[in-house]
Amino acid sequence: MMLDILMIEDEPNIAEAVRFILMREGWRISLHADGAGGIEAIRAQRPRLVILDLMLPNRSGEEILADLRAEDDLGLAATPVLMLTARGQTGPAAEQADAVLSKPFANDDLCALVRRMLGQGGDGG
Amino acid sequence: MTQRSATHVLTGTRIRERRLAMSRRQADVAREAGISAAYLNLIEHNRRPIGDKLVGRIAAALDVPVEELSAGREEARLAALREAAAQVPALSGHAMPELEQAPEFLARFPGWAGLLIAATRHAGGLERQLIDLSDRMTQDPYLLTTLHEVLSAVTSVRSTASILAEEGDIPAEWRSRFHANLSADSLRLSTTAQSLVAYLDGFETEGGTFTPQEEVEAWMAAGAPDLSDSADLASDAARVLARAHLDRLEQDRRRLPDASLAQAGDLGDPLLIAERLGAPLDLVLRRLAALRPPGFESAGLLICDGSGALTLRRPAPDFPLPRPGDACPLWPLFQALATPQVAISTRVVTPQGQAFDTLSHATRSQPQGLAGPVLTQAQMLILPAREAAPAATPVIPIGPACRICPRGDCLARREPSILAPGLHGPQALTGRPHPAN
Repeated sequence: MMLDILMIEDEPNIAEAVRFILMREGWRISLHADGAGGIEAIRAQRPRLVILDLMLPNRSGEEILADLRAEDDLGLAATPVLMLTARGQTGPAAEQADAVLSKPFANDDLCALVRRMLGQGGDGG
Repeated sequence: MTQRSATHVLTGTRIRERRLAMSRRQADVAREAGISAAYLNLIEHNRRPIGDKLVGRIAAALDVPVEELSAGREEARLAALREAAAQVPALSGHAMPELEQAPEFLARFPGWAGLLIAATRHAGGLERQLIDLSDRMTQDPYLLTTLHEVLSAVTSVRSTASILAEEGDIPAEWRSRFHANLSADSLRLSTTAQSLVAYLDGFETEGGTFTPQEEVEAWMAAGAPDLSDSADLASDAARVLARAHLDRLEQDRRRLPDASLAQAGDLGDPLLIAERLGAPLDLVLRRLAALRPPGFESAGLLICDGSGALTLRRPAPDFPLPRPGDACPLWPLFQALATPQVAISTRVVTPQGQAFDTLSHATRSQPQGLAGPVLTQAQMLILPAREAAPAATPVIPIGPACRICPRGDCLARREPSILAPGLHGPQALTGRPHPAN
């Protein structure tokens, strides 16, 4: 079954909370904890949405986003990306994201944004 | 008015001001100084030149230190006043000070002049501190990392607490995991916040009114007291620089002991000293400046790295030294960078007419081997000129730094001077060829 969301986030407690919230909404979500290998994880799992932290070890969220948008596979390159940032932290590359959510965020805001980006509620758990 | 006559104006006016302040009669002072009252009157009104010996006799007659009347000390203060005037363009709504009256101002109102100099230096220090703090706030990797840590912990706490507060049916395993996460994040927040507060507290004590280099210079000027006792070394960076300076002095001393240098010091010529002692010239220059044996009592030393940045500033008395980060491009020190391993002997003359003999020498090294970078360092030994320059010795007119240099005919000027109207440099704008081309 197709993966709904791949979250690339190096903070395990944030990733765990987000995973719980979105799973309760019915989305299928997978986690990747390092900037290194981020683009490979996207290629391999081909999620419908990527939630991408901006500040990641080894390879930043901006770099991963730039890698994604440069993919030859246009379908993959157009994967919607929700960027998690600190307020005012977005740079030029982050403008290629489809949405930006500032940390700390309300769980309801995150769910509403994901629903809007994926177009429908999830059905898995 | 020439620079030399300006100096005389200073001295004469200063003598008059001091005499009047003491309510001494011109005739009495003149008699004690061994000159006529009429001649003293001409001197006081700046109509006669005055030599060093006569200044000394008049100082004795007035019972003031000769430095109070001599030009060198006043030149340093005049330079400081010019530095103060250089700040004016940055202050909107203020007219340019009357620079040509600076000597008169200094002579007539030494207290007010001193206050202005001190206030300007204090303001400059505060400005540098502000820039330093601003840089640290926006670029400091520790601050950025710590704030990221705080933000991550807060984000985790907020999301996790919301789940626990708002989600009704949470499996026990998840609930337990979230409680553990909350505990870990709260501890992390507490520790990080304490570190952050301690770090920010350090800003006030570390970010003093001076750059680390200025702190080290003040420490050296105070005789390089023990590092742990020195109030001049307020920042960690300054203490590191001072320690490195002491280590280098000690290394140099071991390589060229005082006794050896003293034995060869009578040769006078640093190259001959190096030859006799079999020591590299750069080491000899540093040791002469540090030990200051007979013949080198007033020696100063400037050292710069390959970028031209001054890493040691220990000038000879009255050598025009601007604020850290600035320099005159005509100092032979920088010429040496282009011709390493060649000793360059040059007489330089300041805008005030003071002459110095300089010996500049640059070395290159590759401490990391063939694969490493080439490091260049240049040194310039500075000695007050005592004799007429040999005919073959080039004489270079230099200054402190373009902004406070009055030389109107300098082809190396890179920015306008506040001292001479119409000096707009740099060369690219004036279309004049650069002397190096």
